[in-house]
Amino acid sequence: MLFTSYGFIAFLCILLLVYYIVPKKLQWITLLVGSYVFYAFAGLECLVFILFTTVSAYAISMLTHKAIIKENAYIDANKESLSKEERKAYRARAKKKRFRILLVGLVLNFGVLAVLKYTAFAVNNVNTLVGLFGAEGFSIPSLLLPMGISFYTFQTMGYLIDVYRAKVEPEKNPAKFALFVSFFPQLVQGPISRFSDLGKQLTAPHKFSGKAFTFGLQRILWGYFKKLVIADRVLVAMNTLLDSPDEYKGAYVLLLIILYSVQIYADFTGGIDITIGIAEAMGIKLAENFDRPFSSRSTKEYWRRWHITMGTWFKDYIFLPISVTRPMMKLNKAMAGKFGRVAASKTVAYIASGVTWFLTGLWHGAGWNFIVWGLLNCLIIMVSESLEPTYKKFHDKFPRLMSSAFYGGFMSVRTFMLMGLVRSLDCYRNVGLTFSMWGSMLTFKGMGEILSGGIFKLGLTAADFIIILCGVAVVFAVSKLSARQSVRERLYQRPVVSAVLCGLLFIAVITFGAYGVGYDASQFIYNQF
Amino acid sequence: MKKRIIIGVCATVAVILALTLVQALVVPKYIDNPEGLLVGEYYSEAGGHDVIFVGDCEVYESFIPAVLWEKHGISSYVRGSAQQLAWQSYYLLEETFEYETPQVVVFNVLALKYGTPQSEAFNRMTLDSMKWSSSKLEAVKASMTEEENFLDYVFPILRFHSRITDLSGDDFKYIFNAKKVSHSGYLMQKNIVPLTEEMDEGRNLRDYTLPEGAMDYLDKMKELCEENGSELVLIKSPTNSWAYWWYDEWDEQVREYAEENELAYYNFIDKTEEIGIDYSTDTYDAGVHLNVYGAEKMTDYFGNILKENHGLSDLTHGDAVVAAWETRVKEYYDERNE
Repeated sequence: MLFTSYGFIAFLCILLLVYYIVPKKLQWITLLVGSYVFYAFAGLECLVFILFTTVSAYAISMLTHKAIIKENAYIDANKESLSKEERKAYRARAKKKRFRILLVGLVLNFGVLAVLKYTAFAVNNVNTLVGLFGAEGFSIPSLLLPMGISFYTFQTMGYLIDVYRAKVEPEKNPAKFALFVSFFPQLVQGPISRFSDLGKQLTAPHKFSGKAFTFGLQRILWGYFKKLVIADRVLVAMNTLLDSPDEYKGAYVLLLIILYSVQIYADFTGGIDITIGIAEAMGIKLAENFDRPFSSRSTKEYWRRWHITMGTWFKDYIFLPISVTRPMMKLNKAMAGKFGRVAASKTVAYIASGVTWFLTGLWHGAGWNFIVWGLLNCLIIMVSESLEPTYKKFHDKFPRLMSSAFYGGFMSVRTFMLMGLVRSLDCYRNVGLTFSMWGSMLTFKGMGEILSGGIFKLGLTAADFIIILCGVAVVFAVSKLSARQSVRERLYQRPVVSAVLCGLLFIAVITFGAYGVGYDASQFIYNQF
Repeated sequence: MKKRIIIGVCATVAVILALTLVQALVVPKYIDNPEGLLVGEYYSEAGGHDVIFVGDCEVYESFIPAVLWEKHGISSYVRGSAQQLAWQSYYLLEETFEYETPQVVVFNVLALKYGTPQSEAFNRMTLDSMKWSSSKLEAVKASMTEEENFLDYVFPILRFHSRITDLSGDDFKYIFNAKKVSHSGYLMQKNIVPLTEEMDEGRNLRDYTLPEGAMDYLDKMKELCEENGSELVLIKSPTNSWAYWWYDEWDEQVREYAEENELAYYNFIDKTEEIGIDYSTDTYDAGVHLNVYGAEKMTDYFGNILKENHGLSDLTHGDAVVAAWETRVKEYYDERNE
């Protein structure tokens, strides 16, 4: 059930109605039932996998928690008799045991994800390899990829690690825990929530608030505007450019980079707006996933603002743990002696970054293009960091330049283009092809053709481009305004203006949205991850 | 809070009005495909007809109510549209009985060859201009192809919004009033494109059984006519093309059905000489459909049948009806002789 389908809108209306009609203590049960109904629409067989994650994670969290209680009880009972060293040693032994329990949970769930998502990729690579020696390859299995499996697996494994770290108390009610795993709006494309933020909110009673409900609906409408008016309209031209890459080289690649940046931003942030809006209408606050990423002046900043919940997940559960593993600590120590502390900590950080970005790429998809995409991001960040002292010197020399709007704009455009370039790996889905397209871009071939009407031969008319440009201008203006204060909060003080703007937005979605027969109903791009 | 509710209600009303206006603008005006306007034109003439024709292009290109009136004094209307399927004819007839009770209902049987929904474009041409009623609701449900959505029929803006970037002057000109295209449901074609090659037989089919999905609606039509005291007459209009081939096996099934149910059935394909149809002058598309000259002959011939076999010989009409028909006949000849 796509967010953009009539079926989903009807489902949401009914759910919202029931949610506020039932007694408050039953609201979370309504959500749980709704989430499973939503998930069942993706295929009844998908339910097996989400149930597996729920049951296994629940069991592991309970076992882990039990172990923690036991540890604490033992320490409390033997406070007097145990020395500090003995207590430390006991803690370490107990932590090891706990880790083994956690490991079972992680292996089981990441195992399922790995098998379903990466088997075909692995077999393909093995076939290529054995093919070099003339051997016949294996047949590539076609496995079911349950909707949102990457998202709910990561969210749930994050929870398990938090329980292991005793950062959160586990949810004892299995049904309530099932809701945390399956909360339907974020199943499709995130955000990847933390139990400490979401767990209690989901099951707490929520009184109807006109303001929260209106804000939620506004956010949903805003999401549909981005998705249907901008993203799905751009998609038509993207499909043309990608269907015949041989035909669209040179300057067309530059055009593709810009169009895809617009499309993925509108698509992904639009989907997240709908997700957050739905939750908000129910009185539930989800974590923000974007903070005006295209205003970023550096790659590092960009990744702090784009897909925030994924970035923090990888930082907290991959990057930081890797950085403090025993081999890393040893390396750090060994290098510090020879090359100094700064070089040692940088080396450790780079290695941990490399692994993190490799996994980030892999998370996005089972393909070399995604892996190269992740590693390229890592390389750009590393190079930027290495050049930081040079930049600083330059900026110190020209302090007024740094504060000028022109230079700020230049840095943002530079970051936008650089990230767009790397992101095009996602479009062509083939590393060799992408590199050759980048090479062709340097020739600027086709620029004249684009400017003399070639742009209107991509499936979009001049009117379509005007709609896209107007849409982008509106999104840009709102983004600028929201940098200082929430636009919705401002509008709330002026209900007439708010009503007029929302009305216009609704009319724009219905009239200018790219949906229905004649448009290929496109999934949200991040559904695929 | 009260203020916010009032603002919200006002905004909602304004949005609905604005979208209604946009919808009127973007729905197709069928200037190049006037078949899409035929069904909607009925309502301004609904009521008091002696005969109602239902069916596909073969009725709205073969029977001219103005000629039937002028030559035989029979008041009639053609409720036909492009590729009008059997169930669409049924629901249009059901709707017609809400407005009037004709003595005779004439159904062209060609549509019986289709047992399942065929094409969105033709569905739209038949159903979009039909007024909302339980008949339309059922007609839409029965007609939708897999890609179609019921909500798109309720709110056509959801289907046609993409035309917003493709509007023409006609979309503004006919935003509230559709262009009048027919003469009591007859769509005039004056071109002459003669038949160049006589067809002997159609392409072989795997199965010649007329689909149940269509025959069931023929049953329903028969029952509907019986309930309303109207006589159902089955006809097959003359044609000579591969695309519209009427197989002997189909003819046999309809003939048997007619006999079993004591209905009249006239197949005019083999009567063209008797009717006087000349495929070198009386067709506008090389034998597929009749042009106005062929349709005049067909109508006159059928008028005699209606009078002789179906009790429509001594009809009397009120002055208002006569006056209205005189105007229609004049309008018809004005366009014919233009």
